[in-house]
Amino acid sequence: MELDFTTVLSRWPMLRDGALLTLELALIATTIGFAIGVACAVGRRGSVRWIAAACGFYVEAVRNTPFLVQIFLVYFGLSSLGLSLPAFTVALVALSINVGAYATEIMRAGFDAIPRGQIEAGECLGLSRLQVYWHVILLPAVERVYPSLTSQFVLLMLASSVTSQISTEELTAAANFIQSDTYRAFETYIVVAVFYVALSLLMRAGFWALGGAVFPRRRRLGTVI
Amino acid sequence: MTDPVVRLHEVHKSFGALKVLDGVSFDVHRGEVAALIGRSGSGKSTALRCIDRLERIDSGMITVCGHDVADPALKLRALRLDVGIVFQSYNLFPHLTVMQNIMLAPRSVKGLGRAEAVDLARGVLAKVGLADKADAYPEQLSGGQQQRAAIARSLAMQPKVMLFDEVTSALDPELTGEVLRVIEDLAAGGMTMIMVTHEMGFARHIASQVLFMHRGRVWEAGPPAIMSDPATPELRQFVGSELRR
Ligand SMILES: Nc1ncnc2c1ncn2[C@@H]1O[C@H](COP(=O)(O)OP(=O)(O)OP(=O)(O)O)[C@@H](O)[C@H]1O
Ligand SMILES: [Mg+2]
Repeated sequence: MELDFTTVLSRWPMLRDGALLTLELALIATTIGFAIGVACAVGRRGSVRWIAAACGFYVEAVRNTPFLVQIFLVYFGLSSLGLSLPAFTVALVALSINVGAYATEIMRAGFDAIPRGQIEAGECLGLSRLQVYWHVILLPAVERVYPSLTSQFVLLMLASSVTSQISTEELTAAANFIQSDTYRAFETYIVVAVFYVALSLLMRAGFWALGGAVFPRRRRLGTVI
Repeated sequence: MTDPVVRLHEVHKSFGALKVLDGVSFDVHRGEVAALIGRSGSGKSTALRCIDRLERIDSGMITVCGHDVADPALKLRALRLDVGIVFQSYNLFPHLTVMQNIMLAPRSVKGLGRAEAVDLARGVLAKVGLADKADAYPEQLSGGQQQRAAIARSLAMQPKVMLFDEVTSALDPELTGEVLRVIEDLAAGGMTMIMVTHEMGFARHIASQVLFMHRGRVWEAGPPAIMSDPATPELRQFVGSELRR
């Protein structure tokens, strides 16, 4: 077998654009998914029964169905509502819904790990409910589960490859096009795999730097809470 | 005589079928140090927690610095501005430095500016002898230092009464001493305090009033001398068992 990468690499602009779109999808969905995760984790812990139940239903629905099916549900669901959105937007919605559910479970574990006594200490100092949630629960919880969140968001970036099925022009879609055009399938996917590894490392480095900025304790001591 | 800072009158409290406080009454006046002693499970922590409304009482009356604690419309924040409480397990916020732990409430509850809060924090840290640990994280401190930091955090809110729940029980004897010295200084400074403690010697030395709880009641109360000359067999037995510990 002879490997020839030159034909594949000559499509460099297409690969680059695909990689950038993948990264863009991942970063936006990470942001939205994190917000969903925090909100639903708060909802699941809250005392309003129907909100807790709705958040629980959402998490279980997402965790027990394949991502590809979720994408199609969003895709055909939105179009049956008469909304014809660009593939990128549909992919973004599906990715955010998906990662939001996993982020909910991670955040919930983080919240549960905060000792009851610390919450009481915050209340006894006169902090309001919201201030307790922010200073005593949310920040240390995120610091505690930050490694799990990082892994989950990197997984999300890799899972975005599935959105090529609804012709989002991300990295895998670019690969599909290039291999059918050049008949160099193996080389194409080797190159794309290397791209994904690079994107993963880039994301991890980004999260590591962000963590250092947001959690000075972690930066200084490097220990887990 | 002025109104007491803390007054409990016929306080009842149950957890399910378990009656924990069965008609507790006592007064603590300004500048007094009340030592709450008694066997495990006698309701000491619960009584203290009711004073700061961490638990709601079933019946009876609690007033703290003029607040009617049993009133459902009580302004919790106003009560907690007047009351400081320190727990056995320190409960410092692990992601914040000692300084940030102390500044958090003055800044977000009282709205103090940064510079003011820093000054305030330095002041209370000096009081508890931790001026050099301002920028350490809780995990970098010994138990005794963490407990002194927790006391400083409470003091920064300038409470009118301090509650201590077995604040030295998790500490080695040599670390216990440094925390007790801080409490002693507070007493000397005129702070009104209620402390649950198993340190009988310290209670005898510092308390103006000893409250012996037994089966959810104040079984015997009086000056520290009651510990040497108990009127009830229950207190006699308790003091005897504590001496043997
Ligand atoms: N939240 C709760 N729910 C149910 N039971 C409780 C609760 N808090 C305390 N109790 C029970 O109430 C009783 C009195 O508890 P409390 O903590 O007031 O005792 P204590 O005198 O402080 O004892 P110790 O010296 O061991 O701290 C105990 O039997 C305890 O198990
Ligand atoms: Mg107790």
